[in-house]
Amino acid sequence: MNSYAFLNGNEAAAWGVRLCRPQVVAAYPITPQTKAVEKIAQFVQDGDLLCEYLHVESEHSAMSCSIGASSVGARTFTATSSQGLLYMAECLPYASGARLPIVMMNANRAIATPWNIYGDQMDMPYVLNSGWIQLFAENAQEALDLIIQSFRLGEDEKILAPVMVNLDGFVLTHTYEKVHIPSQEEVDAFLPAPKPRKHMMNDESPMSMCISAGNQHNLEFKIRQHRDLLPAEELFEGIDKEYEKAFGRGYGGALEGYRTEDAEHLLLATGSVCGTLRHMVDLLREERHSVGLVKMRMLRPFPVKRLGALCSGAKTLGVLDKNLSFGYEGTVFTNVNSALHQEGIPLRSYNFIGGLGGRDITRQDVRSMVRVLEESDKTTEKIHYLNVRCAL
Amino acid sequence: MKDFSMSPSPRLDSLEDFPRGSSFPSFYITEKNAGWRVFRPVLDTQKCVGCGRCYLLCPDGAIHQESEKIFVIDYDFCKGCGICAQECKLGAISMRKEGEE
Repeated sequence: MNSYAFLNGNEAAAWGVRLCRPQVVAAYPITPQTKAVEKIAQFVQDGDLLCEYLHVESEHSAMSCSIGASSVGARTFTATSSQGLLYMAECLPYASGARLPIVMMNANRAIATPWNIYGDQMDMPYVLNSGWIQLFAENAQEALDLIIQSFRLGEDEKILAPVMVNLDGFVLTHTYEKVHIPSQEEVDAFLPAPKPRKHMMNDESPMSMCISAGNQHNLEFKIRQHRDLLPAEELFEGIDKEYEKAFGRGYGGALEGYRTEDAEHLLLATGSVCGTLRHMVDLLREERHSVGLVKMRMLRPFPVKRLGALCSGAKTLGVLDKNLSFGYEGTVFTNVNSALHQEGIPLRSYNFIGGLGGRDITRQDVRSMVRVLEESDKTTEKIHYLNVRCAL
Repeated sequence: MKDFSMSPSPRLDSLEDFPRGSSFPSFYITEKNAGWRVFRPVLDTQKCVGCGRCYLLCPDGAIHQESEKIFVIDYDFCKGCGICAQECKLGAISMRKEGEE
């Protein structure tokens, strides 16, 4: 089958999972991810996907089961969101430390309290340090494609790391689009069955799943894990190019620059809001504003040099964060500023916090962002909030 | 004393020697861990009858059974808690301050 379908982000991700032929899926439903794991369950029920589907009692168990499955070499998928991600947070570094290439979809959602089930990216920064590769999808098609790319990336023997694929809650998970579904044969050719890895658990020679390494050895373990993650950026770009050759869709690897070449002012964001920004860049260009978009698809490992190269000609940069690190600023902003500093890029950067708890980010908001950048000579305030409903 | 480690110690001279992953036989990496011991238990083999009580009660598994009646204290892992000395019915284990004979 090689066809088109009308799918939302959840269903598109589920289709991506189906095409990757995972051997184990362990998942616990949570809004707004539920439709993804329901769709996978349906595939299994209908016999369209031959895999062990584990109905677990919590997200902590979902990740623990995924770790167990992956530790014997099974291709493993799970999905979660928000509070669920926080509940499984304890298990995430076990997966990355044990070098298990699990792929997980995370439907980005607000964090309590106050309680809120709508989309923002407050959940993601909590696990940025977990050793997982962090990727972001802009639309449903990219979500499907990114799941396939993620298994290739994480399972590569140079990397061996788990991958988290972020989809904005509701805006992406529940929005329907026309999505191309590649044929199973094409995906099989792109993503071969997982190869046996070193240090896999098996019945014949039982092992401890988590050896200890005290102060005499621990540091070197961590350095090795860190250094092994770094090449994932370049590898991701190669996989993306290969994917483009095979399926006709490429996304630029870790970063995409959209109309950045001659832009004086750049907007930078992760996830679905890049669709709005792309549209606004086109509109503002027609009105003779010198703007471009940097879409970050990868936050870990962080594409320092590529970001520096994309930003080197710009005067200002506006980083849109759908998260806020209380007591500081948006987390993408912090990471971006560090990279620009390392690369010696002297532009002025501003932080725009928006979309929290599902608040709309409107065309008017994007205009106000560009206005701040264009009037940067007068702007001292570094952090700006979008679409606020009262005076601050 | 017997070598109780369950697998040969790995050579970890360069970063490449460090494994990618953490599934191994137990004791893959064993590090001595006894630096905070203030008093060390000393076993009087003349008084010891080999009952195995200290071996069973040591919370750190730092007493090894060498043969049926012979037990030895592993000073690489003994933290000096003194439970063995307290529990020995024959008073065959005494606690002595580190650095003193």
